[in-house]
Formats: sequence, structure tokens, C-alpha cells
Amino acid sequence: MEYVLAFLVGGIICVLGQLAMDIGKFSPIHVMSMFVVLGAFLGSIGVYDWLVSFAGAGAILPISGFGYALMDGVTANIQESGLLGIGTGMFAQTGVSLSAAILFSFLISLIFKPKG
Amino acid sequence: MKLRDNYQEAVKIFQPKPSYFLNAVKAFFVGGLICGIGQALQNFYIKFFTLDVSVAQHMVLGTFILLATLLTGMGVYDKIGQFAGAGSMIPITGFANSLASAALEHRSEGAVLGIASNMFKVAGAVIVYGVVIAYILGVIHYLFWNIF
Repeated sequence: MEYVLAFLVGGIICVLGQLAMDIGKFSPIHVMSMFVVLGAFLGSIGVYDWLVSFAGAGAILPISGFGYALMDGVTANIQESGLLGIGTGMFAQTGVSLSAAILFSFLISLIFKPKG
Repeated sequence: MKLRDNYQEAVKIFQPKPSYFLNAVKAFFVGGLICGIGQALQNFYIKFFTLDVSVAQHMVLGTFILLATLLTGMGVYDKIGQFAGAGSMIPITGFANSLASAALEHRSEGAVLGIASNMFKVAGAVIVYGVVIAYILGVIHYLFWNIF
């Protein structure tokens, strides 16, 4: 059942992105930025927590989950260390994916040659 | 200058109409499949390495980023992207793909000026807006917490 929920929620988020591209005529960069902002906003009001709790990876893997992870770290650290917690908490959750993306992209671009 | 004003309108009749429904179905299935596989991988990590849910989710993200950059290097991800549209772009794999493809594209210009300085050409927008919105919402949260 949780696979079905992850499939459905992840699929619906991707459809929303596709519709924004097709009907709204936004560029992919605009759509990705919008989804991060949307994820962070929904994370700050607690809606995304609820989405993650029942869809799991279906809510974490889309790029809106990146925005949620930014906001999740901020709200966790802000209670301990005040305003400074915004800066320290922001990358507490997203650090893994950011650093992994930078490292792997660098290594891949050294190994492979561009195609096409 | 009259042609330029009406250019968008003038070429509109020659552009193929995108099939909204078909694009949406493709995006739904590819995006859903990626998330379903992610959920299976998360359960696998929890079961076999006895990890917390949050640690397992980080590992799933890392695994998908590694896979996406590898497929980008081999030239496979572009083909998936042409088929799936937003279905391959909205998941975190699309973020990794945008980093890796920008880095690959400029690799001939050198390791520092090419790869490193061009890597965030596309994904930079995501990080900039993510950080800015997180600061704004964080300040609002802080004010709410301390004043009300």
C-alpha cells in the first residue's frame, strides 16, 4: 500500500510540474524553483509533514521535498539557537543531497565525455 | 518592426500543439515509478541495514543522485527526459541531472573555469530561491515563536 501511495503522490506532483510547463508555459528552471518555494512554504505550515508521513519517498524525492528539507532543518534548529539556527539548520537535512550532487557531478564530468 | 511585435502570434499556427494529456500521463508514470522505486529502496535500507527512516531517506536521495549522474554521463538520462518531461525533471534526479549535464557540457573549458564555474548554471536558481525562501519563512517562524 505504501508503494501505491508513493507512486500516486510522486506521480501527481510530477503531473503538476508538467501542466505548469505545458499550460503555464514556464521553463523547466522556473518550475523547479517554484516547486522548491512551494515545498518550503508547505513545510513551514506543516502540510508537507503530513504528506511525507503517508507518502514517504513519494513526497521526499520530488524537488519540493528539497524545499521541505530546507524548512524542516530551519524549524528544528530555530528553537535551540534562535535566528542563527536558520543558517545552521538550513543545510542540516539538505547537506547530503547537495554535497552528493556536487561530488558525483564533478567526478562524472571528469570520467565521461559529453554525448550528442 | 511590425513583424517582430507579431512574431509570437505569427509563428503560433506553425507550431505543433502539445498533447497535454499524453504528456501528463507520461510524467505521471515516470515520476510515480521513480518515487515507487525510491520507497522500495527506503524499505530495503531500513530492513537490511536497520537504519532510521530519516537516515534511510538520505541514503535513498544519495543513491538516486548517484544513479542520475551516472545515467547523465552515459547519455541515457537525456532520452528519458525527452520521453517523460517533468516526470524526470521534478524528482531529485532532475536536479542531479541539471548539475551533471552542465558540468559535462563545459568540461572542455577546464576543470576550474569549465566544470566548477558552470556546474550551477541551471540548479543555481533552485538553491538561490530555496535559501532565500527558507530565510524569509524562518524569520517569520522565529517572530511567531517569540512574540505570539
